[in-house]
Amino acid sequence: MSGLELLAWEAPGWGAALAAGLLKSVLIALGAFSLGLLIGIGGAYGKLYGGPVTRDLLAVYTTIVRAVPELILILILYFAFTSSINNLLLAWGFERIQISGFVAGIAVLGVVQGAYATEVLRGAILSVPAGQIEAARAMGMPPLMLAWRVTFPQMLAAAIPGLANLWLIATKDTALLAVVGYAELTLVTRQAASTTKAFFTFFMAAGLLYLCISILSTLIFGRIEAWARRGQVRQEGR
Amino acid sequence: MKDTAAPSPEAIRVDELHKSFGAHHVLKGVSLRACEGDVVAIIGGSGSGKSTMLRCINFLETPSSGRISIGGEDVAMRPDGSPLNRKQIERLRQSLGMVFQSFNLWTHRTVLENLIEVPVHVLKTPKDEAIARARKLLARVGLAEKEGAYPAFMSGGQQQRAAIARALCMEPRAMLFDEPTSALDPELVGEVLQVIRGLADEGRTMVLVTHEMKFAREVASHVIYLHNGLIEEQGPPDQLFGAPKSERLKQFLKSVA
Repeated sequence: MSGLELLAWEAPGWGAALAAGLLKSVLIALGAFSLGLLIGIGGAYGKLYGGPVTRDLLAVYTTIVRAVPELILILILYFAFTSSINNLLLAWGFERIQISGFVAGIAVLGVVQGAYATEVLRGAILSVPAGQIEAARAMGMPPLMLAWRVTFPQMLAAAIPGLANLWLIATKDTALLAVVGYAELTLVTRQAASTTKAFFTFFMAAGLLYLCISILSTLIFGRIEAWARRGQVRQEGR
Repeated sequence: MKDTAAPSPEAIRVDELHKSFGAHHVLKGVSLRACEGDVVAIIGGSGSGKSTMLRCINFLETPSSGRISIGGEDVAMRPDGSPLNRKQIERLRQSLGMVFQSFNLWTHRTVLENLIEVPVHVLKTPKDEAIARARKLLARVGLAEKEGAYPAFMSGGQQQRAAIARALCMEPRAMLFDEPTSALDPELVGEVLQVIRGLADEGRTMVLVTHEMKFAREVASHVIYLHNGLIEEQGPPDQLFGAPKSERLKQFLKSVA
């Protein structure tokens, strides 16, 4: 079979299988990125304004997660995550369950993303001029509304480049889930390649798919950044 | 003194206020009283504590001790001076329009959005009502055509006038000005002072920290001269500027003249 026939949508082509793998990869990346963002917002505020215990715990979290290679973290977290949930269930007298690779993947990558997002957002919050926050406090704005309506939009412009990086890392880290047997794009590609022996065709195809995600993402993040920077004087070549 | 004629109600009262930053004792027991319609100007050299005193009134700085009441309502404070009740502070802050040295307009919002932000989201004013009020205020400070502009694209004088309009849009009981012209280029000072003067003329209660002595003399009903965290001298402007008693105030007035 020629390369194009191998990539055809219908069997014996692998097109549909690759597309399904791609979809799973993107969905996991979206889930992990969102979870990471939530952890990051909590982590950044905790690190900046939390008590000493909160700060220490968060420092341990971000240090360990950022120090250990992601592949090892994924192996540890994946097996620890699934087995600890089952241990809990057994301890409470429930049946052991099969945790879907999808949920476990999002949880594991989300925890990794959260550590990086904590640092990106912490820096972005610090970049908000104190006067912007003070003006809102002086007018009696309550703290949560202040965070949502002043701090968050103000820090977004500074956070977007770092968050865009994190998103791209999230899309590529989904490939690491292949090691725990989850059928995302990389694992499907490997199966296709080893079944048909057309290694070059399939890995090139997968590489192109990842490239497409990244180009599309860059365009979208560019739009978001332009929106977040509304009201700022453009400073080019600085 | 006799209490004969009914005095206008008290808007702001500060009693025996102390404030320390660590070991640095900035305010050493200062008091201030502003009734409705009063314009109190606080003057003094740099480091005299005048801005700190103003910022304690709405608790942007936490006093170390003392008593503050707004519109006759005492602010509940812990023994260390920190506010006891966040909700009370927020409510009282909504009745005090603060204008900062560095304007502090929200840069991600247009001028009109800056004005209606707190009325709509905090005070729950209907949006069309807030917009109508904001437009009136913008026209008043001479920025009617700037409502869609972002602050970063305006001059300092325009930004400060917008910031004054933003504070007025909350319909505050009193206005607090923290050196409103100190960050402006000299040629832009006049337009901002003119707006503040207009507010004084219409009988607004104001506490004003300023370096503009001529302006303070013209608009203030009462002037406080602070030196090293203490009130060195206070009184009506003509007395304070025309016939200062304390040697330090004489020196100070000479140095800024």
